[in-house]
Amino acid sequence: MFRFIVRRLLQMVLAFFGTTLIVYALMFAGQGDPIQALAGERPVTAAQRAYLTEKYHLDATGVGGFFYRYFDYISNLLRGDLGESLTGRSIGDILAAAWPVTIKLALIAIAVAVIFGVTAGVLAGIRRGSIFDNATLLLTLLVLGIPTIVLAPLAQYFLGVKWQVFPPTAGADPGFGALLLPGIVLGSLSLATALRLTRTSVAENLRADYVRTARSKGLPSRRVVSVHVLRNSLIPVITFLGVEVGNLMSGAIITEGVFNIPGVGFNLFRGIRTEDGPLVVGIVSVLVVVYLVANLVVDILYAVLDPRIRYE
Amino acid sequence: MSDFETVAASENQAARRGPSGEPGTPNQVGQPRKPRSLTGDAWRDLRRKPIFWISLILVLLVTAMAAVPGLFTSNNPTDCALSRQHAAPSGGAIFGYDFQGCDTYARAVYGARASLLVGALSALLTGAIALLVGMLAGYFGGWVDAVLSRVIDVVLGIPLLLAAIVLLKRVGSDSATVRVGAVIFVLAVLGWTTAARVVRSSVITAREQDYVAAARMLGAGDGRIMWRHILPNALAPAIVVLTIALGSFIAAEATLSFLGIGLQEPTISWGIDINNGRVHMRESATPLVVPSAFLALTVLAFIMLGDAIRDAFDPKLR
Repeated sequence: MFRFIVRRLLQMVLAFFGTTLIVYALMFAGQGDPIQALAGERPVTAAQRAYLTEKYHLDATGVGGFFYRYFDYISNLLRGDLGESLTGRSIGDILAAAWPVTIKLALIAIAVAVIFGVTAGVLAGIRRGSIFDNATLLLTLLVLGIPTIVLAPLAQYFLGVKWQVFPPTAGADPGFGALLLPGIVLGSLSLATALRLTRTSVAENLRADYVRTARSKGLPSRRVVSVHVLRNSLIPVITFLGVEVGNLMSGAIITEGVFNIPGVGFNLFRGIRTEDGPLVVGIVSVLVVVYLVANLVVDILYAVLDPRIRYE
Repeated sequence: MSDFETVAASENQAARRGPSGEPGTPNQVGQPRKPRSLTGDAWRDLRRKPIFWISLILVLLVTAMAAVPGLFTSNNPTDCALSRQHAAPSGGAIFGYDFQGCDTYARAVYGARASLLVGALSALLTGAIALLVGMLAGYFGGWVDAVLSRVIDVVLGIPLLLAAIVLLKRVGSDSATVRVGAVIFVLAVLGWTTAARVVRSSVITAREQDYVAAARMLGAGDGRIMWRHILPNALAPAIVVLTIALGSFIAAEATLSFLGIGLQEPTISWGIDINNGRVHMRESATPLVVPSAFLALTVLAFIMLGDAIRDAFDPKLR
């Protein structure tokens, strides 16, 4: 177990340097004028140019210069100093204000996925082949097949604008009510996957030897399902939801952009729209780290939860 | 398991009834039945599924739309006049006009081309990378497999949307061809891993078969064995994965265009139109709903088609 964790950590460090190097090389270095690339289509004044040249050590050239600037960027990233956006706000401050909102949204989405996905998945797994099972399979296929850029604006239009069941957009500092509809939209994809995973794993475990033993010992069916089957079936679901937490933190770009929720994804959405290079790089770097750490935690969790799995 | 038993039972009944299904020919029980191949079995299975037919018809319809949009609408999608802003349906414009005064339906029809082009070409490129990497890793094993599998692990760990944002922001040119090419390249470079794993595992299975050993004993080289004997076996599962991937590539292209970093106007894309329709949805919802419906149905059709074919080809699921 210890060896596995160490190896996994080393792998993560490698992946971290690999991804940040790619992000950095693509955004700042390479051909052309990096300052113009940073500013996008907008003109750069001489003062801005001089400021950026000094700040990013652009006067050093060659491969050495590139790595010098890369390690500059890495050490700033590790110290938590993400620099400033083109509008002059500290990216660290922007993210500090955005994280609580994004976490709240991700928690609502996960709650939706757990409450509806796991319950329906257990029912479908027990009654495999029934009408309920087939209906949920078809429904989840629909949800998995419809892209978020269709689901989010349509939900916003029909439920928010036309029938006015939910508030159509969230403003600054949104409450639970304003985040409910975006949370459901965001969670629907995880819901569908969680449902399918639970269903397959419950159906599989129902045929296991230990279930037959429990039944033949005379245990009531309810106890067999709720204690014996469920506990073993939820292992893959829990790990999946762990990965999803990481995904939801970074994957809420569309949902947050559509519903006007001032979270991390929304700031990234705005950064892309306004061609704010430093903001995009700063947020993407942080999100990549979040994603890598979430994957690491889930992998370790997997090994802890399921003793049948050995990573050697 | 019970599904498998029912199928097996009904096949036994069919065999007892004879090849033409006519009862009353009792002496035919011992007669050998013509063996059906896996493909034949799969086709029999597919023919009975309504989902397969619905998605196949949708796929053919949208392909026709991409090839000859003139068949479906006689209006020009770039013929826009602000005087018709959000105007009611008239003439050929069965869904009315959008904010810019363009025919909503014509734009949705013409949008099929960019989506299918990007989807199909990135699926082809993905298939090429996946076949190459999967074949090399699966056939040679050892350190080649170890290195390539780690590469797959790393690429699989990169979040697609974030990486695509970084890569596409790098494209400075606004030319339509360059942007289409860039989106195809980005989707293929980030999306080949699942298919490569599928190819690798089917190559490993095929490598141990007797006919491969026979070919080797007859003196066939590695290249010939891979090309003539292993590739045909690795192809079928790869095609199924790629059909599903095609659907998700279309969705990814629309998402990137929606964000403003994929295709750009004047290219007609569903993602761009959905974003434009979203902004003005309080005035008129059809410019949002129509391209959304086209995109959702197309993506669904490809995913359901791939799903149905995979189920039919997987004997374990029967």
